[in-house]
Amino acid sequence: MGFFLETLFGGLMAGMLYSLIALGFVLIYKASGVFNFAQGAMVLFAALAMSRFAEWIPQWLGFESLLLANLLAFVAAMAVMIMLAWAIERLCLSKLVNQEGITLLMATLGIAYFLDGFGQTLFGSDIYNINVGMPKDPAFILEGMFEGGVMISKEDLVAAVIAALLVVVLALFFQKTKTGRALRAVADDHQAAQSIGIPLNKIWVIVWSVAGFAALVAGIIWGSKLGVQFTLSLVALKALPVVILGGLTSVPGAIIGGLIIGVGEKLSEIYLGPMLGGGIEIWFAYVLALGFLLVRPQGLFGEKIIDRV
Amino acid sequence: MDMTDMNAASATTPPGRRQGEVILDLQNISLRFGGVKALTDISFNVREHEIRSIIGPNGAGKSSMLNVINGVYHPQEGKIMYRGQERQRLEPYMAARQGIARTFQNIALFKGMSVLDNIMTGRNLKMKSNLFQQALFWGAAQKEEIAHREKVEEVIDFLEIQNVRKTPVGQLPYGLQKRVELGRALAAEPSLLLLDEPMAGMNVEEKQDMCRFILDVNDQFGTTIVLIEHDMGVVMDISDRVVVLDYGKKIGDGAPDEVRNNEDVISAYLGTSH
Repeated sequence: MGFFLETLFGGLMAGMLYSLIALGFVLIYKASGVFNFAQGAMVLFAALAMSRFAEWIPQWLGFESLLLANLLAFVAAMAVMIMLAWAIERLCLSKLVNQEGITLLMATLGIAYFLDGFGQTLFGSDIYNINVGMPKDPAFILEGMFEGGVMISKEDLVAAVIAALLVVVLALFFQKTKTGRALRAVADDHQAAQSIGIPLNKIWVIVWSVAGFAALVAGIIWGSKLGVQFTLSLVALKALPVVILGGLTSVPGAIIGGLIIGVGEKLSEIYLGPMLGGGIEIWFAYVLALGFLLVRPQGLFGEKIIDRV
Repeated sequence: MDMTDMNAASATTPPGRRQGEVILDLQNISLRFGGVKALTDISFNVREHEIRSIIGPNGAGKSSMLNVINGVYHPQEGKIMYRGQERQRLEPYMAARQGIARTFQNIALFKGMSVLDNIMTGRNLKMKSNLFQQALFWGAAQKEEIAHREKVEEVIDFLEIQNVRKTPVGQLPYGLQKRVELGRALAAEPSLLLLDEPMAGMNVEEKQDMCRFILDVNDQFGTTIVLIEHDMGVVMDISDRVVVLDYGKKIGDGAPDEVRNNEDVISAYLGTSH
């Protein structure tokens, strides 16, 4: 039982980390109807900016405080992500207003490759690390109930809490503010949104900035866990089944989807793995997503578009 | 105007109160798409507080005309005077800022959002708080939301759609969707309202409701309305003046009765014998 709980908690927290990346996909899809292939590249780009600025800024200004270095690096990295959002809108999306979804998808694919390269040109291509003081040692809970207790990773726990907070903030932003409403309006109908006075270009800069923010948070957490290197952009692939499961248009869906995938991966590896010869963790999420597509293509919480004909 | 030969619908609008100044003056507008001439040398004006209809057979350029007024299309030739000033090239969102609201021929609502949220988007321009204020001063932004919510409730009451307030618009029947779209335009408290076939595809009852709403908007708020409609009965009943287009050219302009008896208009609609 203790072992089961350990696996379960491990899965939940790994799932939260997937959610964090899935969130970036959902944000952009919700607010512009584009599936953003560049999300993984943005995570890498943001993490690179964060780790390098945290190294450079103390050198430039001549101080030693880690906390201050991290804070300034965070601000600088966010500024970089906003500039990036602006550049993407100006150079790419503004030329593609009213184009088919597939055109925009291809554009984001291009952006992804560009960012992969550009990030390494700007910030270097070695393996860097991010140290924001995440606790690395594990904690033991429920020691009274099970022998030896249940081990959980403090780092994952912190990450899960941060991800949960981010989700609450973003969900409120989308549901309750006029900008959130304008974002959803743009996603639904460009023409109608313009006719009520919503400028598309401004909205797109905001959306990509918010997605950049989500990428930065994901980049910091994943980066401090795995190190900042090229493979960081591949964790985005892990988030694909999450968004399919949770629904591309739902912020809470990204979380629930992430949790299901995280738990499913870990439990299947432990309990199904021995029967199937192991290595399930790698493909389990995709099979789950595939099954879901057959039954419920809009995902658990996605909007089912009902068209009257 | 002679009261005796007016029918029931136009009698609801008092004569004499629609003699406002010219608010919108279109001068020699020509619009081409490549080699296709959508509009050729069209001039007409819209007076404040009136209901001005644009009619014509399919493909006559009615919607193009509306899109020119609203900034979706930019005519190659001609001048647009709005409130006495020559209007520079502008985008639709800027037109909205100048008080021009519109509905679309094929309903353009935000399908995933509720009726309430859809109409609320119409208030976006009136809301002053910016992104940072929304993030940092949550309370103040909430207060503003509530104030605007009251306005939206007024619109909802006015259009009699209280019972579907929370329904996602995609699930509503066609007639109600059209009403929500009108609601979104009204929420912006426009001075000029452009309606592109507000009654298309409706049954008689729905049409009557829609007529009543349009007349009430015009009457109660003094909103100037430019209307495209195919139902001649409706057009002749509720319009103050009518413009007739055919193949992108203006073939008639005037009070409903003048237009009805115009030779060119009759032949455009019924065909001519040669």
